[in-house]
Amino acid sequence: MKSNRTLNFTLSVYVLLVFVFVFAPIFFSVIFSFNSQRFPTIPLGNFSTEWYVKILNDPDIWQAAFNSLIVSSSTAVIATILGFCTAYSDYRYNFKFKGPYLALILLPPTIPLIIMALAMLAWLSKIGMSGQLWSIILAHSVLCAPFAMAVIRLRLNQMDPDLESASWNLGGTEWATMRHVIIPFCKPSIISALCLSAAVSFDEFAVSWFVSGLNKTLPVMILEIVQGNIDPQVNAIGSFVFLISMTLVILAQVFFLSRQMKGT
Amino acid sequence: MTSKLARKIDIYALTWRLPIIVWQMFFFVGPVIFMIAMSFFLVKNYRMTEAFEFVNWSKMMSKSYFWDSYFYTILIASASTTLAMCLAFPAAFALAFKANETVRRWAIFLLIIPFFTSYLVRTFSWFVILSEKGVVNAFLSYLGLGPYTMLNTNFGTLVGYMTLTLPLVVILQTVTMANIDKTLIEAARNLGCKPFATIWRVIIPLSKTGLIVAAIFCFILSFGDFVAPFYLGGSQEPTLPILILDTTKSGQQWPRAAVVAIFMMATLFTVAFTGIAVAYRKKTSR
Repeated sequence: MKSNRTLNFTLSVYVLLVFVFVFAPIFFSVIFSFNSQRFPTIPLGNFSTEWYVKILNDPDIWQAAFNSLIVSSSTAVIATILGFCTAYSDYRYNFKFKGPYLALILLPPTIPLIIMALAMLAWLSKIGMSGQLWSIILAHSVLCAPFAMAVIRLRLNQMDPDLESASWNLGGTEWATMRHVIIPFCKPSIISALCLSAAVSFDEFAVSWFVSGLNKTLPVMILEIVQGNIDPQVNAIGSFVFLISMTLVILAQVFFLSRQMKGT
Repeated sequence: MTSKLARKIDIYALTWRLPIIVWQMFFFVGPVIFMIAMSFFLVKNYRMTEAFEFVNWSKMMSKSYFWDSYFYTILIASASTTLAMCLAFPAAFALAFKANETVRRWAIFLLIIPFFTSYLVRTFSWFVILSEKGVVNAFLSYLGLGPYTMLNTNFGTLVGYMTLTLPLVVILQTVTMANIDKTLIEAARNLGCKPFATIWRVIIPLSKTGLIVAAIFCFILSFGDFVAPFYLGGSQEPTLPILILDTTKSGQQWPRAAVVAIFMMATLFTVAFTGIAVAYRKKTSR
């Protein structure tokens, strides 16, 4: 039995190492953002908020943050509406060509972003919609809708199929049932879908970079600063980006799981 | 009864069904089809003109750098997939069989966070950590080792790919293995199957489908990523995504970039469908 204990111990250490690897970049980015040295290394320099002061005084960064905010919140709303409609259609109805119908929404994340970026750039320029802030929103909604759909669809799975018919039998129209039964039931997953698609949109850089023209979002700004240099400002911007997107993803999970625990 | 209802136009049903069809036609199917069409366009004096010529295809196919890049991308994406599957397996095994339900839930909760969090910034962070004077080399010098060059090498690229794929692969492997019927494993052990043989002959075959799906996702992500090979690999050997980037951003040669993109998509579909066919193949031989 001793060898079994050694094995379990080794496996625990290994799992820990995997987590260290996964979280190391986030950890060091935050550490170095408070480091006074220009070149981030160990041993650390003094504690300093100089990089934060620097980015806070940079109007370009404010503009980029504002752009990111607009893009990710609008994308979240559009993607969640699209995701909800599709999830409900899939839950409620069986129809011809359902496979292709579902492929239509679920396929985009399996196509490399750089290809989506090229296709979006070419198409949006063709129809005269590229180079605007809302070009990014249009493109991002396609990328985020599948995640919203998946989250809401999983929630609908937990709904008692008789609930809807019970409401009809009690005289509710389909529309009233939607408003008073289904939407309230899905509410936590709708919030979850909003947070998750906002996070995906907030972090996306390839498509934004291609279609945005001069309207930079934060990730595009980082992409352009980084071009081969080590600039400690990036750690400060990056830590801010981590803070926002991690909060969104955690919220998404908490809302998604909270209802699962309570049951239906 | 239902057929009669269905024949009428059901406004309620269409309200929920139509939005995604219209939206994706405009902003997903449209772009992809246009990109395919674009690969036959011509570029004259830096302007794209609509045409139906195979000149971009023949140009790209005849370039040796395209084929070098193609095979290199396949090679490095396969290496990344193999590495991620191997690195993830012991962790997923521990989380699926050794950890209790609560620990497993927490582990998955935690791994989902980085998967959706700023891959670009995480890669840049590796750039700092792995540099000549970075954290890893500083640590190694305490041990009297190094400094090692890790950036601008295949090692750097692979670290980037692992940043992108490892959380997802661990999650998928864990979920797959946690769903295996535990009694089957006990039965194997009771019948005298050694631990490693149990993994090889019971656990892996039972979780084959999930494992292959994890590998497919890993391959797709690595194959299509330009950040890791560009920033950590130094793009000495450009991968296909870098080729698309360069051709589009600097050369104005969108049609040629489209050719590369179509090549990539064809490759990915082949890999994905082969993988899925293998994953769901019924066992015929005993």
